[in-house]
Amino acid sequence: MNKEQQFAATPEKKQHVQWIHITKRDNISFQKGLLIRAIAILAALVVCAIITVVFTGSNPISVYGTMFKGAFGKGRFLVTIHNLSILLCISLAVTPAFRMRFWNIGAEGQALIGGLATAIVMFNLHSKAPLWVLIPLMLISALVAGAIWGVIPAIFKAFWKTNETLFTLMMNYVAIQLVEYFLKIADKNGSNSVGPYLLGDGIPNLFGVQYLFNILVVVVLTGLLYVYLKYSKHGYEISVVGESENTARYVGINVKKVIIRTMILSGLLCGLTGFLIVGGASHAISSNSVGGQGFTAIMVSWLGKFNPLYMILTALLIVFMGRGADEISTIFGLTKSFSDIITGIILFFIIGCEFFIRYQIHFNHRKKMTEEKEEA
Amino acid sequence: MFKKILSLSLALLMVLGCLAAFASCKGTTKRLGESAELLPRKTITSEVTVPADFKIGLITLHDENSTYDKNFIDAFKATATAMGIPAENAIIKTGINEDESCYQAAQDLVAKGCNIIFADSFGHEDYMIQAARENPSVQFCHATGTKAHTEGLSNYQNAFAAIYEGRYLAGIVAGMKLNEMIESGKITAEQAVMGYVGAFTYAEVVSGLTSFYLGAKSVCPSVTMKVRYTGSWYNPTLEQEAAVALIENDKCVLISQHADSLGAPNACQKAGVPNVSYNGSTYSAGKDTWLVSSAINWAPYFQYIIEQTVKGEDIATDWTGTIANNSVVLSGLNQDVVAKGTKEAIEAAIAQFKAGTLKVFATNTFTKDGVAVTTYTVENQEVISDGAFNESDFRSAPYFDIKIDGIEYKNTRFKDENS
Repeated sequence: MNKEQQFAATPEKKQHVQWIHITKRDNISFQKGLLIRAIAILAALVVCAIITVVFTGSNPISVYGTMFKGAFGKGRFLVTIHNLSILLCISLAVTPAFRMRFWNIGAEGQALIGGLATAIVMFNLHSKAPLWVLIPLMLISALVAGAIWGVIPAIFKAFWKTNETLFTLMMNYVAIQLVEYFLKIADKNGSNSVGPYLLGDGIPNLFGVQYLFNILVVVVLTGLLYVYLKYSKHGYEISVVGESENTARYVGINVKKVIIRTMILSGLLCGLTGFLIVGGASHAISSNSVGGQGFTAIMVSWLGKFNPLYMILTALLIVFMGRGADEISTIFGLTKSFSDIITGIILFFIIGCEFFIRYQIHFNHRKKMTEEKEEA
Repeated sequence: MFKKILSLSLALLMVLGCLAAFASCKGTTKRLGESAELLPRKTITSEVTVPADFKIGLITLHDENSTYDKNFIDAFKATATAMGIPAENAIIKTGINEDESCYQAAQDLVAKGCNIIFADSFGHEDYMIQAARENPSVQFCHATGTKAHTEGLSNYQNAFAAIYEGRYLAGIVAGMKLNEMIESGKITAEQAVMGYVGAFTYAEVVSGLTSFYLGAKSVCPSVTMKVRYTGSWYNPTLEQEAAVALIENDKCVLISQHADSLGAPNACQKAGVPNVSYNGSTYSAGKDTWLVSSAINWAPYFQYIIEQTVKGEDIATDWTGTIANNSVVLSGLNQDVVAKGTKEAIEAAIAQFKAGTLKVFATNTFTKDGVAVTTYTVENQEVISDGAFNESDFRSAPYFDIKIDGIEYKNTRFKDENS
């Protein structure tokens, strides 16, 4: 591909003067990339501050203070870390598929169906089976359910080249409807969610610390997945298939097998997320149990360059924003929509800055242009 | 030049036309508008001095865009202001789902130093109990819940209001309107069919719609009612569709609702069908159709729990607000739409409620499958005595769920059984 690929309008009939032209960067130094990102976050914070000041009338420093306290303050730190774990877990789940250029946007449904499987086991057995039987059963059923939800689109993609984006997306709605159906069966009075009264208490707190089980599981998973993707043969095969299916075939990789195997893994991990959400935290199921995190995960994974370690940072950033903005809306008496606005602005800047990392903008100075013209 | 003259004269013609149209508008009868409230919200006065560090937290399912939550938020703010609690000590968390986020919100309010935490949605209950167990020094109060009396926690309470009394009054307004339509020959007595848009199949909704029906029936004996559920507390589209289906398919001539959006009132205004709303006046959405609206006033309860907590006294495990303690309120009447004599009839019924002589669920006023109901058990307790079903007696949340004759449920599991 032409390195100096030009995106600006090329002169046709009239002689247009190009003030700006954009070229693709081949490589950007780590420091420069970091600098661009830092500038983007700074700019986002400034815009957020302006908006917050307009709505609340407080000074921006106290607004940032509130935001920070909202994420890491008293009584909020543990929840922030837990939210981070769950978002990270589901982001890790989509990553193997993404590295293979398989656009799994069905993480929401895969996690939800995992949660549903967990809830069904809890609903039927929580008063009958001891914990050491119940918890493994919950886990296994969640993993199997998630894997099934992941592998169905993979089989269709591998054998009949269906579009995985649409397929996985549609599977989300099937999962939502199944959850709604379960709610009707489990709670005869009709309810939006089925909670601990019908499902039991699920996984007990480890060492008396709430959510510790979930957090530890995700810490271990992050390490394992990093090693799997970076150092294992499977991980290498995933990367090759992602780069080019033809190359993969040429070097003797069974592409169909890799696609199906990787989507089983992806679905499995989504199922695990559902297990953690329902069994380890909320002890409740509703069609909103995953809460859109399956879609946020796509962003976390992309921004983290499909690298589990970078993803810790991107997930932290998103969770920090959410918690911080949530606190601002509580303290300043605004509705919850305000936190969505703040998060939206910050994401806009962060995603926008990727453009500046991939492309370079050249400004043609007036003086230089006229000189060039004279020469011509 | 010709063109210019033509356009000028055309413009002049248009302006004159508009003026004429406006003038003709003025010629029609003037609106009488909404009357003074029949059961107004009283001004909050308290003799208790609230300490400066006293904090109260409110957890709501949606925000002010939902009339249900707005009703809580407004009462909460008004009570806090009246009792001298500054805004930063009356913390509101809006948009809290009925899942673990409710528990987290409650824990967060505990960390912020709240002495009382209140949640407004039925599905919040399990998570409020969870938080109450872990924070015995904080009071947790929950509207519409059912578990306080069996849970046995000293710091967890339920509250509701005898809104069925308010709905009964609204039903009288509806019944009198139907009578007027029958007398004017607009409909026959058999065509007096009301429609009701319900949210869920909960007892809370059944209790409300039955009391509304019985109120109407007390003045218009031939009335029947058809009910459509939406399966959602707040969904403007579904509520509007349900109202339209009731009007067009089920031939209902008057619509009421127990759902929180303006979907049904808007549909009624469009179709020109009289409408009884809920949670407060919707006059602005239905100047030609809206009749009246009942609502729960939560301010007396907020005042009660603040006062009890400040004084260090217990809060009742189940608290039921009534007309007498100003928890059940009724808007003004739309004087352009209601039938003659409505105001007097309502005032008479209010007096009877206050005197305790009028029972909404008197067993001689309804039948099930053609026979009178003389015995009924809820949670293993007999709830019929002295010729009446005792609603909100042993617990505050409604439990009247008898499907009485005269009310037809078009769908029960939120699915349209006719289609």
